[in-house]
Amino acid sequence: MSTMTMARATLAKDLRMEWRSKDAINSMLFFGLLVVVIFSFAFNPNAEESRHIAGGLIWVAFLFAAVVALNQTWARELRNQVLDAYRVSPAPANALFLAKAFGNFIFVAVLELLMAPLFIVFYNLRSVGPAWQLVVVAVLGTWALVVNGTFFAALSIRTRNREMMLPLILFPISIPALLAMVDSTTSILTGEASPDFWMKMLLVYDVVFTSVCLLLFESVLNAE
Amino acid sequence: MNLLTKLFLVLTVAALGYAAYEGLVVAPTEQTMGDVQRIFYYHVPSAWTAFLLFFSNFIASIVYLAKRNAAADAVAAATAEVGVVFCTVVLVTGPIWARPVWGIWWTWDARLTTTLVLWLIYVSYLVLRRYSVGSQTSVLAAALAIFGFVDVPIVYMTIRWFRTQHPSPVIGGGEGSGLHPSMWPPLLWNWLAFSMLAVVLVVARYRLQTMEQEVEKEHAHAALQGSPQ
Amino acid sequence: MHQPDSRETNGSDDRPILAVEPAILVANVVKFFGRFAALRGASYRFAAGHLYVIVGDNGAGKSTLLRIIAGLMEPSQGSVTVLGSASLRSVAQRVGYMGHAPLLYDELSGMENLRYFAGLYGMHDLAVCRNAMQMMELDPDLSRRVGQYSQGMRQRLSLARAILHKPEVILLDEPFSNVDVHSAGEMAAFLGRLRDSGKTVLVITHQANVMGQVADAFVHMAAGQIVTAPSSNQPARIDSVPARTQ
Repeated sequence: MSTMTMARATLAKDLRMEWRSKDAINSMLFFGLLVVVIFSFAFNPNAEESRHIAGGLIWVAFLFAAVVALNQTWARELRNQVLDAYRVSPAPANALFLAKAFGNFIFVAVLELLMAPLFIVFYNLRSVGPAWQLVVVAVLGTWALVVNGTFFAALSIRTRNREMMLPLILFPISIPALLAMVDSTTSILTGEASPDFWMKMLLVYDVVFTSVCLLLFESVLNAE
Repeated sequence: MNLLTKLFLVLTVAALGYAAYEGLVVAPTEQTMGDVQRIFYYHVPSAWTAFLLFFSNFIASIVYLAKRNAAADAVAAATAEVGVVFCTVVLVTGPIWARPVWGIWWTWDARLTTTLVLWLIYVSYLVLRRYSVGSQTSVLAAALAIFGFVDVPIVYMTIRWFRTQHPSPVIGGGEGSGLHPSMWPPLLWNWLAFSMLAVVLVVARYRLQTMEQEVEKEHAHAALQGSPQ
Repeated sequence: MHQPDSRETNGSDDRPILAVEPAILVANVVKFFGRFAALRGASYRFAAGHLYVIVGDNGAGKSTLLRIIAGLMEPSQGSVTVLGSASLRSVAQRVGYMGHAPLLYDELSGMENLRYFAGLYGMHDLAVCRNAMQMMELDPDLSRRVGQYSQGMRQRLSLARAILHKPEVILLDEPFSNVDVHSAGEMAAFLGRLRDSGKTVLVITHQANVMGQVADAFVHMAAGQIVTAPSSNQPARIDSVPARTQ
């Protein structure tokens, strides 16, 4: 009864359900599009300047889109109280956490794959530094947001103001990761500095917080 | 209030008074900044005290998760609240100091920014405690506290590096700037006084929390004896 | 293999004195929700291989007690031992729970639901799921989503999910809610057969008359405690509780 097998099964189930109803992903995609358009109206620089601010804009946009995705993480499990069926089974709590976190990662990655090209178009972006580094930053940064976001979404279940609570507790703790994401993206786009330290920092952040999440999730899941 | 508490209170007031004297009168006037610099004796000890309080919150939260001990939870609640107060002092005294001396209200220097992030994290902790429903508030809060404190060194390192990439004015001199020997006593006296004040406030808040727990227990007993409410 | 005590359908002394270890032991369980005491010192020994019907007014603490036995909640005070273990997580494989809510995914079909839950218990054999559905007179090949099932079908599927892994202890909270009389009778008979094969079954229901034939004992709860049956404990008294359709 390995954790990874259970996680895979739960992830497959979630993806299947999402594929059938598509209710979360459709609204998220549209939201992502809206955010990019609005940002493009609000911050309308020329091509030279755009490379300097694009990093910040893109990641703030991703952050808001991610919150929309994260807020619905547990919605399906709470309908019909089906989460009880999981908790009553011998399946490990961490398998559920990993499945939800990977699921969120996929959703947010899909969002980013939509939003990034739009940003490139609206801002006429061209990267001076190597594009593969941007991908690494995107992967590490997205995981940083998603791993904590999934955990805090579980915390928020038992609060009065569920949707507001999640960003409220997620944003402060994510500040170092956000700083790293923004600055490394800017460094790569402008080619003016090396993003190495930032990428290492994001890796450390990811490792530390994934461990903390896995350590504490069971207590939070069963806090009834 | 028993004798020991009264004595400690008196000592705290005395320490605060003496520390104020040290800081505002005894300490030499700073060369370039003038008397405004004396705010440093409030700014820095508040920061150290806040940090210690948040560290205590971290330990109390771990103890609570391990032992589910109501006292640990009360300590966590108390230290977080008092910590946020001291943290606010740091964030307010910073700009008050910076404006006349450096002409800017705010600077994203490493220490001040870390303090801001710390403040945000612990305010979010207090919000979670306030808005959580159900009997498991303490568990959820303890989990968040651990996240928050683990984040602190990461925040500091991140902002330090960010600042080496994008330098900006530093309040109170850079990391390496030394302190004139005659400035150490007022600094340390103020730190002592603030620590004692922190203890007084935490104990008071802790007592309040345990009293609330007692009231809940009384209601619970009543519910057990008679018909439930 | 435990020999069942003689069936006690008249609701008299509900506390069989056992020489063997009970399947479930509830000892002075107290549960607070803030200031409200949902359970105020409930105690009972549930013998293995018996079918217990838990009855009582709304707010008596029946669902709370069952959730604590299932391991979904910790008691505020007191202890619960299931199959000899105080750690309810460790016996999760041997316990089945059917909640008041359906505990099913509306967007998936019956078989998809069961396959997923079977996987949580380490079972990957499709035949197990098919059999469970057929036992409940449901069509395993029906691709209709559970959200479009009738209430009766949903209840039966929920029961199928609860017994999928052949647990020794089965806990059911209002299995007959909104189920027609005929199906309820069939489900009750099924529960009786489970008991006959040695399982321990606890059923919370307002429709005690449905369980009249198969129950070994009625457990009465009132105001957060398990009480001895009221003095006039004739079957008629239980039967006179009107079947509640919700």
